[in-house]
Amino acid sequence: MRSSLSKKRSEAREILLAFVLVALGAVAILIPVAYMVGGSFASRDTALLSPQSIIPFEAKRITIDGQPRFVYRVIDAGREREMAVVDRKQGTWVYADPNRPADRKELPALGPEARVLVPTLHFDNFATVYQTIPMLRYLINTVIMIVLITVGALVSNVMVAYGFARFRLKGMGILFVILLATIMLPSQVTLIPTFVMFKVLGWNNSWIPLILPAFFANAWNVFLIRQFLMGIPKEFDEAAKIDGCGPIRILLLVILPELKPILITVALFTVIYVWNDFFNPLIYLQDPNLYPVSLGLQTFNSLHGYFGYLNAAASLMLALPPVIIFFFSQKYFIQGTVVSGIKG
Amino acid sequence: MKTNPMKTTPSKTDTWWALFFLGPWLIGFLVFTLGPMAASLWFSVTRFTLPAAPVFVGFDNYGKLFTADPRFLGSLGVTFLYAGVTVPAGLILGFALAYFLNLKIPFARFWRTLYYMPAVVTPVITGTLFIGLFDPRHGLINYLLAQTGVAGPDWLLDPRYAMYAVMLISLWGVGGGMIIYLAGLQSISTELYEAADLDGASPTHRLWKITLPLMSPIIFYNLVVGIIGTFQLFTQVWVLTKGGPASSTEVFNIYLYKTAFEYQNMGYASAQAWVLFLLILALTALVFKSSSTWVYYENEVKG
Repeated sequence: MRSSLSKKRSEAREILLAFVLVALGAVAILIPVAYMVGGSFASRDTALLSPQSIIPFEAKRITIDGQPRFVYRVIDAGREREMAVVDRKQGTWVYADPNRPADRKELPALGPEARVLVPTLHFDNFATVYQTIPMLRYLINTVIMIVLITVGALVSNVMVAYGFARFRLKGMGILFVILLATIMLPSQVTLIPTFVMFKVLGWNNSWIPLILPAFFANAWNVFLIRQFLMGIPKEFDEAAKIDGCGPIRILLLVILPELKPILITVALFTVIYVWNDFFNPLIYLQDPNLYPVSLGLQTFNSLHGYFGYLNAAASLMLALPPVIIFFFSQKYFIQGTVVSGIKG
Repeated sequence: MKTNPMKTTPSKTDTWWALFFLGPWLIGFLVFTLGPMAASLWFSVTRFTLPAAPVFVGFDNYGKLFTADPRFLGSLGVTFLYAGVTVPAGLILGFALAYFLNLKIPFARFWRTLYYMPAVVTPVITGTLFIGLFDPRHGLINYLLAQTGVAGPDWLLDPRYAMYAVMLISLWGVGGGMIIYLAGLQSISTELYEAADLDGASPTHRLWKITLPLMSPIIFYNLVVGIIGTFQLFTQVWVLTKGGPASSTEVFNIYLYKTAFEYQNMGYASAQAWVLFLLILALTALVFKSSSTWVYYENEVKG
């Protein structure tokens, strides 16, 4: 009895320790995200705070005599009070009471750290980003690419996975090994000739090099779908065959409905891959009118690196869609990662 | 893979259908993999700057890589340093996280979602986010260091520290591997643990004698994927430092990109790609070879 009690206690201690460590790690994961979200509502004032603030604080300003004045925390007769600076002389400043602007006092000058800070949300940052760069153009470009690439990936990968799972061919085993081997092939080996090929064909600086390869299947996705397809009983096919269905109709009417979950997984991975892809657009596209969001925003960020807040607003817009997709379709993601990991 | 016990030659229609369905991949493999591989092997022994045609130079490119290009050797060194730190750290942290989450701690689903999130965030953004944190004057990291009395460096502009910044960012994405471990941990049958409990095994004992051996194939998988992934590192570094300062973060892929697309030196870049390929091949072969000593497959014993 006693030993079981002490065991329970040690288990509880283990869980508590794990909980604390996981929660602490979560803070580390969240900090950059919090900066991004807070920063996208910030202004230049916030960016200059040290340390940079997550909450978009801004120096408080009030209008006196038709001009904006900073409000400081002033020590007046041993008491701290908020006062606005209306005039600056050497060493001493003239402060006014915000409520009674006529009530003025000469007191020592203060540093910027004595300014009164108030959280201020600048929703217009997003509009500024929109106006500074052709955001809508980038979005449309990305969406067109996503649609075409996803359609191409689904059609070609399903075909090939179906071929590998259900048909026989001399040397099929070797072909499958080759397919798996290409997963391990570093993309650099094929990068340069592929680039040269598209350039010679005159297709660089167009979307063709980004879209066309999607229509020729991808080893990883073929493997994923094939694994899933192998789990569908062959009796389904046989029954349809007896009803007079050919291979294409079997694929469309019998197999495809069963594949739905894994196809959603593949589609989601493709969408996020295309949304996030930076390298391929970088090497193939020179005309900014063709840029997808990823490349467009990076160009914007590197141009406006100084203004952290616009940068954050742009980043948030780019980060949000994949994160939202992920939140609402977690099980498909986990399924994809797990099938590839456990059975791989 | 399936082996057919009743081996008959496939019928003609079966063959045609197989070719039809495999068609997209077969064409794609020839046009986008095999063809380019052969071409890149050819380019690697030429001097080739677009739009001029390649000129055969023998093994000059390879010779230059190893004897006359300190920048290439430097990029290899930087890449290996990066791999040497982030691959083991990622394996251990990812496993620890999954292990903790699997202990039925409160809000496990919430934590899982949170830790996996960085894996779907664009690398472009990951880089941008950390630029702010590493800012020497306003950044949080140096502020925290200052609180402990350490004067933080100018992370991204100091060649001695820039690589550490890049490494730290890679650890932010540790949740990607965690998901796979977690699925593996959940598939271990509880009977094994119950039997261990009856024998009076301590938690540490259970971890070393049951959990780790059963998880070794997944650790192995994550190790191989991690090694390959390391050599693909590009976007974060590009956003953060473009390989600088003084080439201190110029990982392999950054140098290759510059050689090919900035200096237009396609032949030399192809030789680099092939050296990388052979290195990865050798490394993976080594890992596979070592796997027989530390990776435990359940079926081996049963079968």
